[in-house]
Amino acid sequence: MSILIDRHTKVICQGFTGNQGTFHSEQAIAYGTRMVGGVTPGKGGTRHLGLPVFDTVRDAVAATEADASVIYVPAPFCKDSILEAAFAGIGLIVCITEGIPTQDMLEVKLKCDELGVRLIGPNCPGVITPGECKIGIQPGYIHMRGKVGIVSRSGTLTYEAVKQTTDAGFGQSTCVGIGGDPIPGSTFVDILKLFQADSQTEAIVMIGEIGGSAEEEAAAYIKASVTKPVVAYIAGVTAPPGKRMGHAGAIIAGGKGTAEEKFAALQDAGVKTVRSLIDIGSTLASVTGWESRTG
Amino acid sequence: MNLHEYQGKQLFSEYGLPVSRGYAVDTPKEAAEACDKIGGNLWVVKAQVHAGGRGKAGGVKVVKTKDEAKAFAQQWLDNRLVTYQTTANGQPVSKVLIEAFTDIERELYLGAVVDRSLRRIVFMASTEGGVDIEKIAREQPDKILKSTIDPLLGAQPFQGRELAFGLGLQDRQIKQFTDIFMGLARLFCDYDLTLLEVNPLVIKKDGDLHCMDAKLNIDGNALYRQPKLRDMQDPSQDDPREAHAMKWELNYVALDGNIGCMVNGAGLAMGTMDIVNLHGGKPANFLDVGGGATKERVTEAFKIILSDTNVKAVLVNIFGGIVRCDMIAEGIVGAIQEVGVKVPVVVRLEGNNASLGAQVLADSGLKNIIPALSLDDAAIQVVKAAGEWS
Repeated sequence: MSILIDRHTKVICQGFTGNQGTFHSEQAIAYGTRMVGGVTPGKGGTRHLGLPVFDTVRDAVAATEADASVIYVPAPFCKDSILEAAFAGIGLIVCITEGIPTQDMLEVKLKCDELGVRLIGPNCPGVITPGECKIGIQPGYIHMRGKVGIVSRSGTLTYEAVKQTTDAGFGQSTCVGIGGDPIPGSTFVDILKLFQADSQTEAIVMIGEIGGSAEEEAAAYIKASVTKPVVAYIAGVTAPPGKRMGHAGAIIAGGKGTAEEKFAALQDAGVKTVRSLIDIGSTLASVTGWESRTG
Repeated sequence: MNLHEYQGKQLFSEYGLPVSRGYAVDTPKEAAEACDKIGGNLWVVKAQVHAGGRGKAGGVKVVKTKDEAKAFAQQWLDNRLVTYQTTANGQPVSKVLIEAFTDIERELYLGAVVDRSLRRIVFMASTEGGVDIEKIAREQPDKILKSTIDPLLGAQPFQGRELAFGLGLQDRQIKQFTDIFMGLARLFCDYDLTLLEVNPLVIKKDGDLHCMDAKLNIDGNALYRQPKLRDMQDPSQDDPREAHAMKWELNYVALDGNIGCMVNGAGLAMGTMDIVNLHGGKPANFLDVGGGATKERVTEAFKIILSDTNVKAVLVNIFGGIVRCDMIAEGIVGAIQEVGVKVPVVVRLEGNNASLGAQVLADSGLKNIIPALSLDDAAIQVVKAAGEWS
C-alpha cells in the first residue's frame, strides 16, 4: 500500500500540450505513470505523446475513467482548471503551478472540500509513489520504493530528504509536496492522517518552513493521533521577520510562525526534530533503529 | 506589495468610506497650497513611507500655519524616515500627505487579513485602537472581536452590526460602522488584498466614525489582474537589489552577513542559510535562482550577490533534479568568467549527472572555484573561505 496514488491510478494532464505539460508528461510516462490522456480546450480529438487529447475534463473522464489530474496551466487559469476537474468527478487534483492568487484559492479550497475532492498544491512538486506512479515535476530517479512517508512544503528540500532516505536504503512509501502557498489544498494534517493509516509507511519525515501555523497544527495532531515515528525539519531559523522568503507562505509576521516556535511545538509532540537538513536520514535511523547503508 | 496611506485613502474614498480631505504633495510649495485648498486653520501633515510607527518617529504632525506645513515638507521630502519598523537606514519619504485636522473622541481598530488556518478572510475590531494592536492581541485577546467572511457569500451586514454592538457603538454609529465594514470587505475582495488596517478608526467629537489611517497590502500573485494597483507601485520603497532581482525572476533578500548564497528552491535556500549559520557563518542574502538555473540567470544572480560589498565568499547549492548538473556547472563557470568573480565560490551540485558537473568545474581552470563533496562540506568550506578572504 501507499497513499493517494499507486500503479492503478489513471492520470490525465490539464495543460497537456503546453511546454510544461508536454515535458513533464513525457517524464511521467517514462517513469511508468499510467497516463491516459490530456486536456487542452480546442485540441480535442487530436493525439499528443501517443495519448488522446480532450476539450474538457468531463470528456476525458468519460472516455478514460481517469482518477487523477495534474495541472500545468498558467496561474490566471488555475482556479478554472481546478474547478473543472473537481466538477468533472476527478478525485485527486495535483496543481503544480505557482503564483495563484490567494483569493482564488479561498474559493477553490472551499469547493473542493464541499465536493470531497482532494487537492494537492498549488506551487508544489507533486506526489510520487516510487516505482508505481509519479505525478509532478520530481526527478524520479532519486526515489526508491520503501517505508518512509515524506510530506513537505518545499520542492528541492524534499529532494534532499528523498535522496538521504534512498541512500540509507529505507526508501519511500509516498512523497507528497503540499506546496509553499498560504492556502494549500492539503495540509500536513491531511497527509499525516493518510500516512498513519498506511501499512507500508513505517516512519514519517515532515519538512516545514517558517510562516503560518501549519506545523503547529501538525504537532497537535501528531501528539493526539500519530503513533509512527516522525522526524521533522523546519527551514528558516536564520530568516528575518517581515521578509517574504520566496514562498508566499514563508514569512514571519508579528513574531508568529518562527522556526523556533515550530521546533518547540513538534518536540512537545514527541517528534524528533533536526536542526540541519543533512541529518534527516541519520536521525531517522536512530529513532527507528533501522540499519542505514550510509552508516 | 504595499500601498501608501494616501493611495489607500483614495481607494477608501471611491468606496464611499469617510476619510479626511487631503492632498499628497511633492514640494513644500504644494504643501502650502494644499492647506489653502483644504481651508480651516488646523491640518495634519504625514510623511508617506511603507512602514508603521511614523507618529513616534516624527513623521506625523499637527500644524497651525501654512508655513509649518511647508517646513514639514521641506524637512521630510527627499529625506528618510526611520521608525521601529524600518531598517536603521529608514525609508525614503515619497510624498507628504496634507489633511484637514480631525477632532478625535476615541480611537478604535478595524482590520482584516487572510487567516490561513481558517482559510477565510477574517475581520478584527477592537476598542483599543491607535496603540500596538499586536500587543493587545497577545495580552488581552478578548479585546479583539472577530468576524469570518464566507468566501462565496461575502460579508453580510449582520456581521458588521455584531461587531458594532460588540464595540459598544450606539445610534447612528451602528449604521456608519456597518457601511464601513461592508465597504472594506468589498474593497478587500475587489482588489485582492491580503491585509487591510484602519488604525485608528476614530469616533470624532461630533460622534461620527472616520478612517484616520489606511494600511493595505496586495497579493503579489494577483497583480496581473489589478492594473490600477500595479500603477500605484512605488519602487523607491523597495530595496534596489531586491527590485532588480525581481525583474530577472530571482528571489533575493538582502541580509547582513558576508557569505553570498545561491540556491535553487526557496525551502532549500532557507535550509542552506541555516546550515551556514550552524557552522558559524553569516549569510549575506537569501537567493532562489528557481528551477531553470541557466547561465543567464546564474550570471545575473552573481552580479546581484556581489553588488553587496560585504560578500567575502559565495556558496552555490544546486539540487539538479531534472536539469542536468553538467549543464548547470557550465552555466556557473560561464557566469564566473563573465562577471569576473574574484571571491572564492564553493559549489555543491547534487542530483542528475552530479559527477560530470564536478568534472566541468574541475576542468574550468578557475582557481576560486572550490567543489564541495556534500552540503555539510560546502558550508564548512565557505565559512572557512570567507574567514580567509579579505
